[in-house]
Amino acid sequence: MDFTTFLQQMINGFSLGSMYALIAIGYTMVYGVLRLINFAHGDIMMVGAFLVYLAHAAGLSFPAAVLVGVLGAILVGVLTDKVAYKPLREAPKISLLITAIGISFFLENLFNVLFGGVPRAFPAPDYLTQVIHIGKLYLPTTALVIPVVTLLILAGVLWVLYRTKYGMAIRALAFDIPTVKLMGINADGIISLVFALGSALAAVGGIFYAISYPSIDPLMGIIVGLKAFAAAVLGGIGSVTGAVLGGFILGFTEILVVAAFPDLGGYKDAFAFFFLILVLLFRPTGIMGEDLERGRF
Amino acid sequence: MLSVHSLEVYYGVIAAVRGVDIHVKQGTIVTLIGANGAGKTSTLNAIVNGVKKRGDVRFHDRNISRAKTHTIIRDGISLVPEGRHVFINLTVDENLRMGAFNNDTNFERLRDEMYALFPRLDGKRQQTAGTLSGGEQQMLAIARALMSEPRLLMLDEPSLGLAPKIVGELFGVITELKEKKGITILLVEQNAFAALKIADYGYVLENGSITLEGKGSELLGNDEVRKKYLGG
Ligand SMILES: Nc1ncnc2c1ncn2[C@@H]1O[C@H](COP(=O)(O)OP(=O)(O)OP(=O)(O)O)[C@@H](O)[C@H]1O
Ligand SMILES: [Mg+2]
Repeated sequence: MDFTTFLQQMINGFSLGSMYALIAIGYTMVYGVLRLINFAHGDIMMVGAFLVYLAHAAGLSFPAAVLVGVLGAILVGVLTDKVAYKPLREAPKISLLITAIGISFFLENLFNVLFGGVPRAFPAPDYLTQVIHIGKLYLPTTALVIPVVTLLILAGVLWVLYRTKYGMAIRALAFDIPTVKLMGINADGIISLVFALGSALAAVGGIFYAISYPSIDPLMGIIVGLKAFAAAVLGGIGSVTGAVLGGFILGFTEILVVAAFPDLGGYKDAFAFFFLILVLLFRPTGIMGEDLERGRF
Repeated sequence: MLSVHSLEVYYGVIAAVRGVDIHVKQGTIVTLIGANGAGKTSTLNAIVNGVKKRGDVRFHDRNISRAKTHTIIRDGISLVPEGRHVFINLTVDENLRMGAFNNDTNFERLRDEMYALFPRLDGKRQQTAGTLSGGEQQMLAIARALMSEPRLLMLDEPSLGLAPKIVGELFGVITELKEKKGITILLVEQNAFAALKIADYGYVLENGSITLEGKGSELLGNDEVRKKYLGG
């Protein structure tokens, strides 16, 4: 691998890592406050991307369609919690987990019934798919846009979590829900906020994914969702910085392994999980994780 | 100001509180004493609807029996829970911010007041609350509860696990809150002597029922109370 190829691959890894990181944050935040692996989270990402497609097909401009996708994903994410998870707050965690899997199947099949399972071309605008040449580097605009937008969003998320009272409430909620209520805080409102934030980020991740692999289908959230979940666990579930770190590590290693061993390209998904297993064997709580019983932000 | 009528709390089939009546007059300190498992914590939690309950709770002539916990707090009741429950992953400053969640405009003034009231916390503002000593955590829990400027402050065993000297300081502060700020106080304690000494009125809770009530000084002199709760 010469240097240009290496650089090219690093940039690709950065983009892929960005998507994993964006989606992983939602897994980790929901786990942090509810101790729930929200298996429907990958499908929220699909919903976001699909709504962009539908809104665009209905005649909206791409930016307006993106807004529809993000808002729609927020709505579906928050409603999922209100309708399916909230009644189970006091129930055993396993009931919650099974419900999440049910919601996942429901969303996948709902979109399958409504729109069919055939992959559809995603309407990425030219200014995002254009290829720029810098020396010997071939860069689609997205390779620059995705990491930059992601870093801005991540800075925003950390600002919310550490500098606003709502973020503090989210962090407090991860430890002690009854006491958060004693502060006069509507805990369910804060939980909705967590779902809203996570769903918005997932939608953005899903849109990036759809632009880069320019097609969408109702099942697109499964494997990407699983990998983002792996990233969250890798980083230490419950930790937002861990999720970001896990996302980027997974993105980079996946790209580099495929670049270094092109013959194994078909196994890249298997590789991501093999890598996860390996890390967990040596550090069961993930990179930033210290204590599996508690969420940390 | 606060009146509790026929309060009952059940955990499954276990009756923890069996028809309790409590009245707290504005501007007074009222204490609720009783042995382990008497139902003191359950009573306080039931007042803010932190546990399922039956019975009537009125605060300033408003029926809050069915109100949600966070709206009861917004109405002017604060509870310092048993075992402190400071947010151990947040800093001291952030804990105070959480106490003032619905009191943005007064946050900075109150925060400064709290550091003046509890000088031990000043200088630890950026420390995570989990690294504070037990006594400091108790002070933080009280300071946090005061950040919403409650009209009624309920404290659940604030002296638990504290050195006698610190307990003295703490009860001094509680008296000061009543006298200087006019905050009404409902104090749950196992340390019956210290509590009755500063209380205007007291209730004795046994197996979920009130067995005795009276002025603080009367209860201090009562033979039964002396035998059971004051060690002779
Ligand atoms: N969550 C719960 N589930 C089942 N039983 C409970 C629960 N909480 C309290 N109890 C029971 O209710 C009774 C009253 O408990 P409560 O905590 O109110 O007592 P307390 O007077 O505060 O005691 P202590 O002085 O030890 O704090 C006890 O018998 C206790 O075992
Ligand atoms: Mg108790």
